[in-house]
Amino acid sequence: MDFQIALILGQDGITNGAIYALLALALVLVFAVTRVIFIPQGEFVAYGALTLAMIGNNVFPATAWLLLGAGVAVAALDGLGALRAGQARKLPRVLAVNVGYPLAVIALLRLLPLAELGLAVQILLAMLVVVPLGPMMYRIVYQPIAEATVLVLLIVSVASHVAMVGLGLLFFGAEGYRTPPLSDARFDLGSLSISGQTIWVVAASIVLIVALALFFGRTIYGKALRATAINRNGARLMGIPPALAGKLTFLLAALIGVLSGVLISPITTIYYDSGFLIGLKGFVAAIIGGLASYPLAAFGAVLVGLLESFSSFWASAYKEVLVFTLIIPVLVWRSLTSHHVEEEE
Amino acid sequence: MKTALSPRLVLAAFVALLLVAPLVLPAFYITLLNYIGLYAMVALGLVLLTGVGGLTSFGQGAFVGLGAYTTALLTTSAELPGWLGWAGGSPWLALLVGLVFTCVVAFLIGKLTLRLSGHYLPLATIAWGLSLYFLFGTMAFLGGHTGLTGIPPISVFGYELRQGEEVYYLIWLFVLAGVLTTSNLLDSREGRAIRALKGGMVMAEAMGVDTARSRMVIFILAALLACASGWLYAHMQRFVNPTPFGLHIGIEYLFMAVVGGAAHVWGALVGAGVITVLKQWLQDLLPKLFGTSGNFEVIFFGVLMVLVLHKARGGLWPILVSGFKRFIPVAAQRRTVDRDAVALPRRELPAAGSVLLEAKAVTRRFGGLLANNNMSLEVRAGEILALIGPNGAGKSTMFNQVSGVDTPTSGEVLFLGESVVGKGSRTIARMGMSRTFQHVRLLPTMSVLENVAIGAHMRGSSGVLSAAWRMERSEEARLLAEAARQIERVGLGEHMFDEAGSLALGQQRILEIARALASDPCLLLLDEPAAGLRYKEKEALGDLLRKLRAEGMGVLLVEHDMDFVMGLVDRVVVMEFGEKIAEGLPEDVQRDPAVLAAYLGGED
Amino acid sequence: MATNNRADRPVLKVEGLCVSYGKVEALTDASITVGEGQIVTVIGPNGAGKTTMLSAIMGLLPSRGRIEFDSVAMVAPEVETMVASGMNLVPEKRELFGEMSVEDNLVLGAFQRYRMGLRDHAQTMEEIFTLFPRLRERRTQMAGTLSGGERQMLAVGRALMAKPKLLMLDEPSLGLAPLITREIFRIVTQLRSRGVSILLVEQNARAALQVADYAYVLETGGVAMEGPASELAGDRRVIDAYLGVGGKHQEMLAT
Repeated sequence: MDFQIALILGQDGITNGAIYALLALALVLVFAVTRVIFIPQGEFVAYGALTLAMIGNNVFPATAWLLLGAGVAVAALDGLGALRAGQARKLPRVLAVNVGYPLAVIALLRLLPLAELGLAVQILLAMLVVVPLGPMMYRIVYQPIAEATVLVLLIVSVASHVAMVGLGLLFFGAEGYRTPPLSDARFDLGSLSISGQTIWVVAASIVLIVALALFFGRTIYGKALRATAINRNGARLMGIPPALAGKLTFLLAALIGVLSGVLISPITTIYYDSGFLIGLKGFVAAIIGGLASYPLAAFGAVLVGLLESFSSFWASAYKEVLVFTLIIPVLVWRSLTSHHVEEEE
Repeated sequence: MKTALSPRLVLAAFVALLLVAPLVLPAFYITLLNYIGLYAMVALGLVLLTGVGGLTSFGQGAFVGLGAYTTALLTTSAELPGWLGWAGGSPWLALLVGLVFTCVVAFLIGKLTLRLSGHYLPLATIAWGLSLYFLFGTMAFLGGHTGLTGIPPISVFGYELRQGEEVYYLIWLFVLAGVLTTSNLLDSREGRAIRALKGGMVMAEAMGVDTARSRMVIFILAALLACASGWLYAHMQRFVNPTPFGLHIGIEYLFMAVVGGAAHVWGALVGAGVITVLKQWLQDLLPKLFGTSGNFEVIFFGVLMVLVLHKARGGLWPILVSGFKRFIPVAAQRRTVDRDAVALPRRELPAAGSVLLEAKAVTRRFGGLLANNNMSLEVRAGEILALIGPNGAGKSTMFNQVSGVDTPTSGEVLFLGESVVGKGSRTIARMGMSRTFQHVRLLPTMSVLENVAIGAHMRGSSGVLSAAWRMERSEEARLLAEAARQIERVGLGEHMFDEAGSLALGQQRILEIARALASDPCLLLLDEPAAGLRYKEKEALGDLLRKLRAEGMGVLLVEHDMDFVMGLVDRVVVMEFGEKIAEGLPEDVQRDPAVLAAYLGGED
Repeated sequence: MATNNRADRPVLKVEGLCVSYGKVEALTDASITVGEGQIVTVIGPNGAGKTTMLSAIMGLLPSRGRIEFDSVAMVAPEVETMVASGMNLVPEKRELFGEMSVEDNLVLGAFQRYRMGLRDHAQTMEEIFTLFPRLRERRTQMAGTLSGGERQMLAVGRALMAKPKLLMLDEPSLGLAPLITREIFRIVTQLRSRGVSILLVEQNARAALQVADYAYVLETGGVAMEGPASELAGDRRVIDAYLGVGGKHQEMLAT
């Protein structure tokens, strides 16, 4: 391998690493606030990318039906809850948000000439369809068992992941898609040629990370999420409902997932089940951060990206094995540095 | 009233049904039953791991693959390396090699992850399940994605099991052996230690249970069950490829255990049956329904799983059992205690008046907070010392320093003249210190007898294998007899076979004392034993403690109930702000102005 | 059992409150009333059910019985609704956000108000800083690095950011040196003069009885005694309940 190839591999690694970093941040956030190990994070990547691909191909994205279905389920749960608590006046709002919104999105998708829209509008549409699935999922799947053990929540996560992959196959078929790059430009820096897409990915990741940092550091809702992660009881006593924190967290996680999908699908062909492996690489990074540290997780993500691109050059057949085996030294290191803390009380 | 069936009869009926099944059912159903049996073995391991031990793994599919590929390689490969040559050609030797190999792999993975908090194990098993799957597919000598063919059938006493209904008997023999072994194990000293894992590490360790070992034991057992299933699978199919050992199958195994009822041995069978049959049916139905081919049953399974965890976390087995019992009563399996069992050897108690426990200038800091500052106290054999003080004075922290749950920042703790700082509660328990907990820590679904028997854990020695095959029954009888003696001693005799969780809180505290006594201690540490007791119960507890004192036991007691303390104890140590503010006879301490101020606030 | 605290305008009226943990009853048929502008204290030895009572009123624990707050009957109280309707609890453990600044902790105290569209937290914070000048000095410091007394001030200040009608304090003196305890109690009295009603749970009976208007003595899950604080302060039975002098107090209570 000469220097030239190393540079190219490094560029690939950093591009993918930037996306893994976003996913790792979302995973750490979700775990800190809700104790959910969010295995379906990857499905949001795939759903986002494929919904965008459908829109680009002038096909009505079937994920919109899932949005409607999930909305109806949430409306039923919240509606019944409101009726039982004797708060029938809440019903119109519940229906409008959970059923009205999906219907409006479906109408929009039906009426607009999807393929003729600019890429930016298409991306926006894909986000309108997929991102709300995050909070809806929290409401349906996690909120009823929010107090369960991490283990039960993890099993539920895996079950949701399995169901979403099955639905993905139903919605998008077994075929893979690539979406058009966000930019076709190329920049030559000496002997190194950088694609516009790479710059987009890295820049978008940095912008998103800065935006998240501002959200958590400056806004009261961001602070409320941090507070929930630090001290759940304390947050409840401030009137920060755990359900609100959960939905907000899942909204962010879904948003990050969809954006990652939009960023990665011009580089890699995305299939209905691609999300899982992409999400898991985010996980390896998140575990490097101990599911707690954002900077370590981001660092881990770049490491995973680089390891992946270099191992695809040296031993492409073992690429995935190498990436997932990275988890072992990480766990060794974690187990040596962690002091056994009692899990009770 | 209808006469109740004995559980043995129900089991016999089940076995009889299994025996005649191949004679009456068409081949298709036998194949289905074969798969159910294979899956049930893996799910059984997960019951042990998840339902009983509170750990989980998504990578069991990889262990199945390990078993299958080991035997495939050993029985088909023409040139094995010299050191493995002896194992070539024979499926039975290959099973042995596979089990040993699996054991080593599981041990290594366990070593890496079991020390970390609970969710790292499942995450690591996801990674390991994926990696192994990719390895199966890429390694040339394993045949890549096409796999290995030409695996010979298993032969039993020279008879080759070629047909589905022939392998059927072997598979179900394995399943039943697995079920029996697991049930035996759970109903033993080792089994109680495993079941104690869910009650929290602090309690189990304080009773002398090596929790790390118990977790390793169930992880390895689960892996071995999976490996055996893989071995049977390879010889039933006569070829292997990577597909059936992927992560998605590993996830399906977990679904089986959870849907069937993860806390019950038979739940594994129910879950394997339900998921396998449903899968078969859905794989026919759904593609027709959706008009395209694909594994759409996973949508259904995913949703089913979420529903089960929302609505019936115990799975199907408990529901089935209560439904069955409504129509056909089944007698409860009643334990008996062998009163004639030879009593366990007892520790020689130190002479009355000799120092048992000595804390010297113990200081414990948490960051900037001084929880204990320069605390000293002494407990002698045949005396009761009370440690009292207002809320937040640092009594519990002090308790943790002397019992080995925590390590002091500075200072010395001597037990029987030996320093125990940093020794860990298990070691200290072995030396003869036993304790109860402020927040009761027992296993609510286990009987009072079994809970107390956990206390006697250190006084037995039989291991996993002898428990699994019931070779430790005489020791077990002695342990249970000892537990029964202690239960009667504290006055809970009539509740011996009740579930511990059904007792009132006060009785649960008394149960904890019995559990502590079952370990034959010379020093008893009691954390608020009288809380929640009624007046009569307090009197009885006082009598018990006086009796223990007379026998030469030392007792250190943290208590808030002053009526109880003042009439009972020999000496009192009073704490405030982590420091000792008074020490002496109860009546003196009661009059001490510093103590009055600490409790009621300063008079100004 | 009805209470005898005849406050003119009760802010909080609790009748027949029962709480059980599983099969164990931790609080039996407790009735208390807090009048507007009153400091009411619930004292009693450890394990009597004081914290349980506060948690149940706040909606942290499921309970049976009647809870009326600000003349509204609360069916199955939920923390969020209680905070929104003007009740606030400073728990025994303080429950601060240790890795956040003092200022952020305070801002979050106003979360519920902010959500309801009342965005006056900057001004409220100034008031809190006037009440606790120490917090102003420490405003950028992480809450986890504060001393015990400062933590308690922050916990009270954070609760006051919600502008509560009723402030419930669970053992504010816990683990604090006498001097700081006195300071906290001085502020509690000051709050009353601003119209905040206070329900004070204390183990430190003397201090609590000194500042309170009315008091309840809780023992083994039930109200054992009640009366104007000044009367109970001199009552020998209260002291006995704590220190069990001579083991006689059970009988004395029965008389």
